[in-house]
Amino acid sequence: MAILTPEAPTATAGDESPRHTSRTSIPHRTGAVGERRDLRTVPFGDRFDLIGSGAAAVAVSTLMFGWLTPMTGVVGWVVLSFIGFLGIYAVLTAMRADRLAISERVMTALFYSAGVLLLGALAFVVFFTLVRGSSALFLLNFFTETMKLAGPLDPLTMGGIAHAIVGTLIQISIALTITIPLGVTTAVFLNEIGGRFARFVRTISDAMTALPSIVAGLFVYAAVVTLITNQRSGFAASLAISVMMLPIIIRASDVVLRLVPHNLREASYALGTSRWRTVWSVVLPTSRSGLVTAVILGTARGIGETSPVLLTSGVTAEMNLNPFSGPMISLPLQVFDFVKSPEPSMIARGFGAAATLVLLVLTLFIVARLIGGRGPGQLSDRQRRAASAASARDLVRTEGESAVAASRAGQRTMPPGRPPKDLERRLSLRALTARFNRSTEENPS
Amino acid sequence: MTDTRTAVLPPTTDAAKPKPRSLKSAPVIADRVFRTTAYAAGTITVAVMLAVGIFLTARAGDALAVAGPSFLTTQEWSPETGTFGVAAVLFGTVTIALVAMAISVPLAMGTALLISEIVPPRARGLLITMVDLMAAVPSVVFGLWGVFFLQAGVIPVAQWISTYFGWIPIFRVADEAGARLTDAGAYTSSAFIAGIVVALMVVPTQTSVMREAFSQAPLGEREGALALGSTRWGMIRAVVLPFGRGGIIGGTMLGLGRALGETIAVVMIISPIFTINTELLKTGTNSVSALIALRYGEASQFGLSALMAAGLVLFIITLIVNFTASTIVARSRSGAESN
Repeated sequence: MAILTPEAPTATAGDESPRHTSRTSIPHRTGAVGERRDLRTVPFGDRFDLIGSGAAAVAVSTLMFGWLTPMTGVVGWVVLSFIGFLGIYAVLTAMRADRLAISERVMTALFYSAGVLLLGALAFVVFFTLVRGSSALFLLNFFTETMKLAGPLDPLTMGGIAHAIVGTLIQISIALTITIPLGVTTAVFLNEIGGRFARFVRTISDAMTALPSIVAGLFVYAAVVTLITNQRSGFAASLAISVMMLPIIIRASDVVLRLVPHNLREASYALGTSRWRTVWSVVLPTSRSGLVTAVILGTARGIGETSPVLLTSGVTAEMNLNPFSGPMISLPLQVFDFVKSPEPSMIARGFGAAATLVLLVLTLFIVARLIGGRGPGQLSDRQRRAASAASARDLVRTEGESAVAASRAGQRTMPPGRPPKDLERRLSLRALTARFNRSTEENPS
Repeated sequence: MTDTRTAVLPPTTDAAKPKPRSLKSAPVIADRVFRTTAYAAGTITVAVMLAVGIFLTARAGDALAVAGPSFLTTQEWSPETGTFGVAAVLFGTVTIALVAMAISVPLAMGTALLISEIVPPRARGLLITMVDLMAAVPSVVFGLWGVFFLQAGVIPVAQWISTYFGWIPIFRVADEAGARLTDAGAYTSSAFIAGIVVALMVVPTQTSVMREAFSQAPLGEREGALALGSTRWGMIRAVVLPFGRGGIIGGTMLGLGRALGETIAVVMIISPIFTINTELLKTGTNSVSALIALRYGEASQFGLSALMAAGLVLFIITLIVNFTASTIVARSRSGAESN
């Protein structure tokens, strides 16, 4: 009785009663085993199909565009090359394979090209902005001066976007001061307290993620700017950004808090802690990196939003440090304002400001990835070592040295620290040997 | 051996019976403060958001009362003379969003399948990060790219399409008399170009929703399909796509919601008109958000109210789209898990 599939080794356990006889038997190998097949590398023919059809398609479309037909434009050339590539690739594959294989290859090629197109477009948008903005980006005065004294006809060596950078920082700081406490507390409310009202809050905040950002701006413009302050200001812009960011931060924090394992909470309650203690000492620390990531990503969205700011902050060329009076421009709005001008130097400044904005968002994004990127409870190697050191200290504190030594001696089966690199291979070897031994015992040939 | 039989106590009188213990625990002060704070935060959030909705509705009411049902059918926009409506801008919004969907959905599906099914796990994390990064790029940057790079590259393509597919009404580019226009100037600032840019902006959202749905397709069915001898594409078609259908629809609609509300990139590209333009490739289109962005400055109080009515219509549409999407995504997710 041996069902010798690798997935079911337990079925071969010899100590079970031999009530039924299995019909599966393993043929005994005789003679030489053939050469081992390579499952990983792509055969030469397939690679030839790929490269060859690519080259053929490029050649054909270049011919079409250069000599045979009066077609022009880079985009058209790319489209034609791509269609040609797919066609030629299908034909080449069809010479050696069946219909299933053709559809498999063509679809795979399509998936890859969708990915390449998408990520290429991203890289190109960022790259294009940085290159076009580089003429302004490498001038020091671009970051230290304002546009107060510089007109549209002045060269790039005059004027800069210091006022817009400062304005962005002030506005986003005020918006974060409002949204982080409110948003994270609301998310904690949704997760830790719950109830009918919490479900209502969640529904409303989900609905608000659908609010178009321009409508958020219009709300603040009509409710605050025209009715209360009668002037556009940095504070009004921060309010508009807050209305837009709040649902984003609530939803992102809600998702993060929901990932906190329930047994952590239950362990805390079982120790007799209050609800507040559980939230403060267990839930929030566990989800800290995720919460920081959520906030940073929300910040990146908020910094880049133009439309709410367009209606509320007003346009100025001067430095304004007071968010409560007078217009205060921000980076995205400054980009929008610069490129409305037909002057090349203003457009160059617009690209410079856009490049600054992109770099700012990229930095925020990278910081967010470095901090977060792990779910709650997933520790890095270093944190894991710190945690085990802490628990060892606790053991010493509660049980005394002798107990620690005893427990250490008990678990010496594996060397301390990280498991050996080839642990998996060793284990599988051991399992294989055991199975081989069993099978030779049970199937004496 | 001790005899341990249960002794029955004689019944006590009612007066001596102890009161049943209350199982409620009095929360400590810190706990009470915490509960109050959390409730307050929830209340403030709801209050802010309801305030937005109620304020919009109340202010929009003035304009809607004047315009009446013709608000949805009038094309012009001049609140000062009393003839205004969202027919043209709403049509423009929807065409731009539909063009964006036509481009973004195949791209998002392809990329999501590539990430979840085809690339090795190590490249997977990198690709996911790059897609997320794309979602964070500000829309004004996409707008710049659309105006200063894409427009010039797309115009020849648009001319080619209108030359060879002009017999399909939406691809025709003609003047009022019906004569075909071939001049490049007739192809700038069209809904087609705005749609391409908006498509790039919503693709990351769609990709991440779809990828998540695809990666939840059950392993047993996948392996079953492969074991029956299907190719990878066959497995995708038989297992991953049916299981991810909710994610595909939901992701598409979430992207649609964002596409409908997109402002700055559209404002930078289009040349606003107030007539319904069914020719996608021809200059001139409009959108609700672009209308608000362009007209709020010179608007009187009544004009502002009219803009709010337009904003409210847009908000209601995106709300419906988003809620449908999240319902579909949630339903499909629970279904996949219960399997």
